[in-house]
Amino acid sequence: MAIAGHAEPLPSSLTLGARVHSWVVSVDHKRLGMMYVGFGLLFFLVAGLEAAAMRAQLARAGSQLIDPTTFNQLFTMHGTTMVFLVGMPILLGMANYLVPLMIGARDMAFPRLNAFGLWLFIFGALLLYYSYIGAQGLYGTSAAPDVGWFAYAPLTSRTYSPGNSTDYWILGIMVSGFGSITTAINLIATILVMRCPGMTLLRMPLFPWMMLVTSVLVLIAVPVLTGAQAMLLLDRSFGAHFFDTEQGGSAVLWQHLFWFFGHPEVYILVLPAFGFLNEIVPVFSRKVVFGYSLMVAATVAIGFISLGVWAHHMFALGLSPEMNSFFAASTFLIAVPTGIKIFTWLGTMIGGRIEFATPMLFATGFLAMFTFGGLTGIMLAVVPFDWQLSDSYFVVAHFHYVLFGGTVFGIFGAIFYWFPKATGRMLSERLGRWFFWILFLGFNLTFLPMHVSGILGMPRRIYTFQPDRGLDLWNLLSTAGVALQAAALLLFLWNVVHSLLRGKPAGNNPWNAWTLEWATSSPPPDWNFDRIPTVGSARPLWDVANPHDPDPSPEAHG
Amino acid sequence: MARRFMRFNRASVVCSVTMLAVLTAPSFAVDVAPICTPMGGEPLQSTSILSPISPPAREIHSLAALVVGVCAAIFIVVEGALLWAIIRYRRRAGDRGEPVQVFGSNPIELAWTVIPLVIVFVLALATVRTIKDVQRTEPPAGALTVDVIGHQWWWEYRIADEDGGPPVVTANELVVPVGRPVWLRLASADVIHSWWVPALNGKTDLVPGRFSNTWFEAEQPGTFLGQCAEYCGTQHANMLLRVRAVDDAQFESWRTAQAAPARDPASFAAGHSIFLRLACMNCHAIDGSSSGAFGPNLTHLMSRETIAAGMAPLNRDTLRAWLVDPQQLKPGCNMPSLQLTDPELDALVDYLSSLN
Repeated sequence: MAIAGHAEPLPSSLTLGARVHSWVVSVDHKRLGMMYVGFGLLFFLVAGLEAAAMRAQLARAGSQLIDPTTFNQLFTMHGTTMVFLVGMPILLGMANYLVPLMIGARDMAFPRLNAFGLWLFIFGALLLYYSYIGAQGLYGTSAAPDVGWFAYAPLTSRTYSPGNSTDYWILGIMVSGFGSITTAINLIATILVMRCPGMTLLRMPLFPWMMLVTSVLVLIAVPVLTGAQAMLLLDRSFGAHFFDTEQGGSAVLWQHLFWFFGHPEVYILVLPAFGFLNEIVPVFSRKVVFGYSLMVAATVAIGFISLGVWAHHMFALGLSPEMNSFFAASTFLIAVPTGIKIFTWLGTMIGGRIEFATPMLFATGFLAMFTFGGLTGIMLAVVPFDWQLSDSYFVVAHFHYVLFGGTVFGIFGAIFYWFPKATGRMLSERLGRWFFWILFLGFNLTFLPMHVSGILGMPRRIYTFQPDRGLDLWNLLSTAGVALQAAALLLFLWNVVHSLLRGKPAGNNPWNAWTLEWATSSPPPDWNFDRIPTVGSARPLWDVANPHDPDPSPEAHG
Repeated sequence: MARRFMRFNRASVVCSVTMLAVLTAPSFAVDVAPICTPMGGEPLQSTSILSPISPPAREIHSLAALVVGVCAAIFIVVEGALLWAIIRYRRRAGDRGEPVQVFGSNPIELAWTVIPLVIVFVLALATVRTIKDVQRTEPPAGALTVDVIGHQWWWEYRIADEDGGPPVVTANELVVPVGRPVWLRLASADVIHSWWVPALNGKTDLVPGRFSNTWFEAEQPGTFLGQCAEYCGTQHANMLLRVRAVDDAQFESWRTAQAAPARDPASFAAGHSIFLRLACMNCHAIDGSSSGAFGPNLTHLMSRETIAAGMAPLNRDTLRAWLVDPQQLKPGCNMPSLQLTDPELDALVDYLSSLN
């Protein structure tokens, strides 16, 4: 299978300006993907600094380090940034980079639309952050939005959020949302029509499968948010009354619309990370994934069910008992396909020969932490228990176990796994292991105590807490954990910089992996493959390496 | 190698300790807010959800015990399997070639689909049952009805009079009889708030333009704490809840005292005239003097234990400090500093602290 290509190095005579220009005008899915990930990591640092500032304020009861308005801006921007400017772009960016390579295509279906999506995201992100400089806040000073990332009405109305910081929140997210929608359309088209000869849907690697379902969810969910934000904008600027409770508008309507987007969004943030695990766990266990079809079925099931669970964010609202029971049941139901995924990865590891390189460390960390976050999720689905736990630090702990212990760990695993492909150089394994263990420790030190704070009655989103409620120790521990995480991230940054300059050359297939992206050079040439490959199974490179024991074709089983 | 390892080890420790110092030192370097004044009086009940003192909280607690038990069992099985896989199936020095490729197994895959389905089905049944028990749509028999109205950032209580008289209106501190159900009708004057006293019941939101209900029944006397649990703007953190459960006789005498007209202002004419002359009366009601509705009713102000929605104990000193500049204690709150002179302050504090 002579499908390896050769990257043509840029002529060294190019000036810096010309290099930058070549990135700005690029429509190559690999460059766009890397820019997505780069900007995503940049905003990850910003959101991390915001979190660190909050934890510094919450190190002790009654601290006056940060005033309430600033604190409220910090958690609003932290949440908004992590969801819209870190999770979405990094995951969509990885998909941009990987999907065409994994399905043996030369680019995405619509390369220019792809570039358009990236620049919409960047513009939206900058618009949101411009609010720190340009928006008028409560007291006539410049101010970032402070309405919380789910921006409940009527706190977002002109009456309770004067100035225009809330409008920056609406417009920034709306613009970057358009970007996500175009990327979703592009991924769906690419996956459905650009697969190389021989790659039927059931011979497709699992990461593109996860991205197919994710993209459909983006296409269904994000326009609902965009619509709700348009309504809010009409309320704020043109005297409409959709959510204006003083004029008969409905505060509950916003919650329904927001969470109809918001809960699928959680799966939009976690399905691609499942996809990373589906590539990493088999390769480092040296075993094919245990139950490919059930994994696909579970993913599609999650896609469907995730559209019907949104009101579990609204159990404390006082909806009718029937409504609460329905959404509890649908939420329990989604635990089943999610459980199937965890069991599938375990089944893949059992009987394998697991090599704990950094990507596999992160994948294993994901498994351990996501299982924990999933189980606290089951507790939150128990409506009466949720009445106690909802909107407390327990929930903060829960979704950080899912989205940090899950998604972010998955992202770091993926970065360590595919960095050699994208740059041609390996990240340092030694630094990588240190990074993993310090981050793992810091993560648990931060978020385990938050379960306790929540059980002791600490609501989320408070800039200070009462001294007489036994919360002091747990909050101090959480702050200490953030210090460890910050140290770990410094290590990661150093690793990236150092490895880009001096890393060990990677070769085409450093992990001895099986999917098509490893068949071409590292980094791949602009055209990805010299010849479009033809495949006979989901693991074409396994078939090449083990001609005596090729994978059975799924069609052969009927 | 070992030396390199140690050097590296030291570098990460130094790095982590520095970060820790950067994060915690500033908070310990600045003064804490005045809310840290310890409150006197009887010992307060815990805000933990693990010490229920009311039937709905108790029922939630026992359901939670079941759910946590089931989840803990699943946790041990799954994480145990993971640990076992990590230890048993890690690559060893002598390993050659690839392991046997197993593409799946229908019975195993069926098992890990069906068993979780059964578990969540059982949990769903238990959940629906407890929802029916806890979430009442009608008031329990013999309940005391209280209207709770959320305001940015304080609570208004209107305790219904069974004999058809006007309700008793008070703020931030609810007094209830022990052993009698209390039916709360929840509404909001501005944005969404959430009423959460963990020992009494889970939280229920107060939504503008909509009514919701919750209930509890304090099983023993004591002061139960909680706070607003839905982000409601700048001072969300200091919208504290305080419910005092007392025996029937004490409750009735409290209610009678609250229903009584306000203290005659005649002997505090200076303070009273400041109250009427300045902005105070626009927001605060004092029975017989003003009917403002944007701030807490002050008719029997001094019968309360705390000021600023539970932030500080209420006494002449804190009252005076509050009047000098409310933004000092509660930055962002809706009460402005009135720029009073010292004699004016004295007169106003004299008048207000007579309202018991």
